[in-house]
Amino acid sequence: MATGSSSGYTPLLLRIDAGGWVLLLVLIAAGIGVPYANQMLPQESPWHVPTWLVALLGKYLCFALLALSVDLVWGFCGILSLGHGAFFALGGYAMGMHLMRQIGDRGVYGNPDLPDFMVFLNWDSLPWYWYGFDQFWFAMLMVMLVPGMLAFVFGWFAFRSRVTGVYLSIITQAMTYALLLAFFRNDMGFGGNNGLTDFKDILGFSLQADATRCALFAASAVALGVGYLLCRFIVTSKAGRVLVAVRDAESRTRFLGYRVEHYKLFVFTVSAVLAGIAGALYVPQVGIINPGEFSPANSIEIVVWVAVGGRGTLYGAALGGVLVNYGKTYFTAAMPELWLFLLGGLFIAVTLLLPRGIVGTLQLWGGVLRRRFSSGDRKRGSHGAVAPAPAGGGE
Amino acid sequence: MTTSTRDKLSTSILYVNAVTVSFDGFKALNDLSFTIDPGEMRAVIGPNGAGKTTMMDVVTGKTRPTSGDILFNGRVDLTRLDEASIARLGIGRKFQRPTVFENHTVLDNLELALAGSRTVKHSLFARLSGEARDRLDELLTIIALTDRRHQRAGALSHGEKQWLEIGMLLAQDPDLLFLDEPAAGMTDAETEQTAELLKGIAGRHSIVVVEHDMAFVRSLGVRVTVLHEGAVLAEGSMDAVQQNPRVIDVYLGR
Ligand SMILES: Nc1ncnc2c1ncn2[C@@H]1O[C@H](COP(=O)(O)OP(=O)(O)OP(=O)(O)O)[C@@H](O)[C@H]1O
Ligand SMILES: [Mg+2]
Repeated sequence: MATGSSSGYTPLLLRIDAGGWVLLLVLIAAGIGVPYANQMLPQESPWHVPTWLVALLGKYLCFALLALSVDLVWGFCGILSLGHGAFFALGGYAMGMHLMRQIGDRGVYGNPDLPDFMVFLNWDSLPWYWYGFDQFWFAMLMVMLVPGMLAFVFGWFAFRSRVTGVYLSIITQAMTYALLLAFFRNDMGFGGNNGLTDFKDILGFSLQADATRCALFAASAVALGVGYLLCRFIVTSKAGRVLVAVRDAESRTRFLGYRVEHYKLFVFTVSAVLAGIAGALYVPQVGIINPGEFSPANSIEIVVWVAVGGRGTLYGAALGGVLVNYGKTYFTAAMPELWLFLLGGLFIAVTLLLPRGIVGTLQLWGGVLRRRFSSGDRKRGSHGAVAPAPAGGGE
Repeated sequence: MTTSTRDKLSTSILYVNAVTVSFDGFKALNDLSFTIDPGEMRAVIGPNGAGKTTMMDVVTGKTRPTSGDILFNGRVDLTRLDEASIARLGIGRKFQRPTVFENHTVLDNLELALAGSRTVKHSLFARLSGEARDRLDELLTIIALTDRRHQRAGALSHGEKQWLEIGMLLAQDPDLLFLDEPAAGMTDAETEQTAELLKGIAGRHSIVVVEHDMAFVRSLGVRVTVLHEGAVLAEGSMDAVQQNPRVIDVYLGR
């Protein structure tokens, strides 16, 4: 492996750190193994994975991708977005609109063009912004384009006028809250507070079928893996080092001649697209998308996942997304009234006791051990891996 | 405009004319005028709060002047540009508090500063050319950090950070350099080394150095501008300035 992070061009595969390899291998193993265990192993087998579990794991993978997208902006560029739930929800709605159109005349009212809720509202034709969503390719394009465009426009104004820190976090919360209110309204044409649901099939395959669930799970694993590679490509490039420079000393970066707002806009938009894809994969697996996904608390929760897993490590964020949501599944079943307190307590505990998150702390211990037992070779981490910044930072 | 100011305009690399910066009525710069010649090194001294840092802020685009003109190379109006554009024109700046990218290695700090395209697209796919590598080695030698090249910049001593930041400025290859208290917090030996370093790079760049350390300023042996209450109080050789009764008043009067 190349020494130091400044050495010329390194192929992407050599830029993946140990944790990243573990993540990719787990994803490959799960992407093949889970569908296999569901489809091929008999129900009596101890290794059989029931379909409900496939769907649940698929949901965790979507959350992991969402956490990854937040880590890209927060961990590496210091943009603490508290509105990423909005990009996730928009991707989800774009997918939901496609699935609604796929229902066709199988709805309660049997209208071939209009989703049930529109018939119920006495609408006589499809609103223009629903055009095209019957086409899968168009819907997939919108899954990326809508969150991406929103992030671009939002970021354009915010970053150009140099809104940073707490103020930026607050306006991202305002953004997702405004969308929450808008999507609650029936006359917006997105199903009001019921959202979009009762989906039947995707690409002609029934969403109730086990095989479809397995395919969606595998697709989520692939999306997370590709998303991880994309993020890793960005953060290990020179652009990634500029992002960290912006995070740690924004004005220094400006005085070196970098257009800080361009870098922020780039990474914020890429991140929003990833969040949108996560939302699009989430919706067919849970079978519903409603305005609740825009709630400001959701976006804050994502940040907790990243903090727990380890900010600025990418794979740590993915791990945090899975772990915290596993905890949520467990505790909301065991003691539902306690979950929010647990989440809050978890965040405080992590901030105070493990400021680098699980992965960051393990890395730290690993580093100490290595230094104690090895000949004191200096090489730390691999290509461009940069320690997460403590909270605050920058001028 | 008189002939002499027009001459000044066309021959100087930096032309600052009647610049005022007021913060809620308080004038941090008050009708400040001075010029810097190409290749010149200039020292700027003045008591705390004289407006030295504000003068740099206003030239490098951090602060907009309330009134006045600032021209670079006799043509470019700096008051209309932002920090990044001004930096790209070839004006570098070292902050009063040394500011380097603490989580990056020394080498990465220099690489980020190295002159070249600054666009997102370029830096996503950028690779380091052999030429750039040689230049980085050269810079590391100049700032005497060759054997710490792979260390995290955050682990450097205060003085080393100052040098690294100077090295980053040189990597930008600017025509005009602003150094805000480059010797602050340094040992005597380090201060001396810094003076040597600056003398070594003078001539190829125009340099404006702000410093409180009089011994350091004297050792530079260059023309000195004294700022006081946002305006030029005196200008000339170190000796002439130190004998100036108004300067003595300002320094002893506090
Ligand atoms: N953003 C600001 N808002 C209000 N006042 C300011 C601002 N920046 C500077 N000042 C004031 O302007 C004056 C000049 O400040 P400046 O930092 O330029 O002084 P200086 O000569 O660099 O001093 P020092 O030697 O202490 O660094 C000071 O009185 C300072 O308080
Ligand atoms: Mg100052």
